[in-house]
Amino acid sequence: MKTMLFAGRNTKEILRDPINLLFGLGFPLILLLLLDVISGAIPEGANNTMFNIENTAPGIATFGTAFFALFAGMLLAKDRTTSFLMRLFASPMTAIDFIMGYTLPLLVMAVVQIIITFAVAGLLGLPLSFDTLLAAVVILPIAILFVGVGLLCGSLLSDKAVGGICGALLTNIAGWFSGVWIPLDLIGGVFKKTAEALPFYHSVEAAKAAGSGNYGLIMPHLTVVLAYAVVFYVLAVLAFRHKMRGDKA
Amino acid sequence: MNAITIRNLSKKYGELTAVDNLNLDIEKGELFALLGLNGAGKTTTIKMLSCLIRPTGGDAILLEDSVNSNPQAVKQKVNVSPQETAVAPNLTVMENLELMAGIYGKDTKTARQSARELSLRFGLDKILGKKAKKLSGGMQRRLSIAMALISDPQILFLDEPTLGLDVLARRELWASIKQLKGEVTIVLTTHYLEEVEVLSDRIGVMTCGRLAAVGTVEELTQQTGKENLEDAFVALSGGAV
Repeated sequence: MKTMLFAGRNTKEILRDPINLLFGLGFPLILLLLLDVISGAIPEGANNTMFNIENTAPGIATFGTAFFALFAGMLLAKDRTTSFLMRLFASPMTAIDFIMGYTLPLLVMAVVQIIITFAVAGLLGLPLSFDTLLAAVVILPIAILFVGVGLLCGSLLSDKAVGGICGALLTNIAGWFSGVWIPLDLIGGVFKKTAEALPFYHSVEAAKAAGSGNYGLIMPHLTVVLAYAVVFYVLAVLAFRHKMRGDKA
Repeated sequence: MNAITIRNLSKKYGELTAVDNLNLDIEKGELFALLGLNGAGKTTTIKMLSCLIRPTGGDAILLEDSVNSNPQAVKQKVNVSPQETAVAPNLTVMENLELMAGIYGKDTKTARQSARELSLRFGLDKILGKKAKKLSGGMQRRLSIAMALISDPQILFLDEPTLGLDVLARRELWASIKQLKGEVTIVLTTHYLEEVEVLSDRIGVMTCGRLAAVGTVEELTQQTGKENLEDAFVALSGGAV
């Protein structure tokens, strides 16, 4: 009951901020349309399939969830700095109520965002099937990872610092190292190795594999993402519980 | 009967002692003002009493429940209005009140009824649909206190409730707090001595984590041989001027 009340409050806080809607929903769709235009401008003879909708849609649906780190981090950091969280810490709410109350609405929003991204991709020519649905499910672990990163930063940093780290830095890292905009094989070297060590590329590849029916390729990539998600989410829970105890001078 | 019984309550952060062996009794229905310079230990004391931080020594019994052994039971009986205006900015006045009522276990119907009653009491009834972030500083403070009262607490902690408010808003808030006297046990921290004189039944002066003196305004002025509360407070806080 307390979890759902708090989740409802967090949903309203996020959705009533037009900037959140612009970035959370609008930006991925703008990117999708832009890459579709680029794809259309590439001559067929060039044999460049990188910006085909089958490749860009899973990538953008994955990249779009990066903004949930920003939403989670900003909301938690603002609640901390305005003492709203202190008021709630003095209430009978438990750590589970808080963690789930912050996480659940963001995951629901991530699901909605992924579905809308794939639906618009469908209008642009992506064949929609059961595999599209599977691709949407495969993207969820990275959404959990981003929410975890946001909650970790929001527990430890000010809202301004969260804006810089989860907004500018994380979205850029997630974008550049996902392989959506840049062909990693073409660049190779340290850049490719770094991308392979991070979870973003693996999440996109897992979603592409699911979307194209190559089920055997999903788990090797998804395992990396799940490992990152577990580590960051556990760190976020520990940092939050530490703040909840409030044992600092 | 005591609402709050504090025995040897201490809080240490490493080498720093924020609160040092505090002993104090606060009666039911009393409005007790806790005074002290910055860093005297007032907010740390309130945080321990409202179970936001654990004491490193001693105990406090709030209406028969210990902050050490039964903090969840204490949390059901108390509420806090923090120093900053702790409201959910994108929620309306009504939604803020209903949220807090729900968190303390009230069902939707009762929460709504309580929200309406409190909004009338605090002059928020005309702006129930307005987002909290659009309210003036004074109105946000009123909402913040109303949010603390919606759980029907038996003990209320007000941490500098009128900080940063203009004279009119401060006086209006005093009137609202006065209405609660006798009904709810209130522990108030403030830097405004005029506020203490207007509102409090008794005063405790903290200095360096210790309780330097407890008494009414008259008792403190008599004890220090000073003419007014401000001079008595300065003397008790170790000031020479």
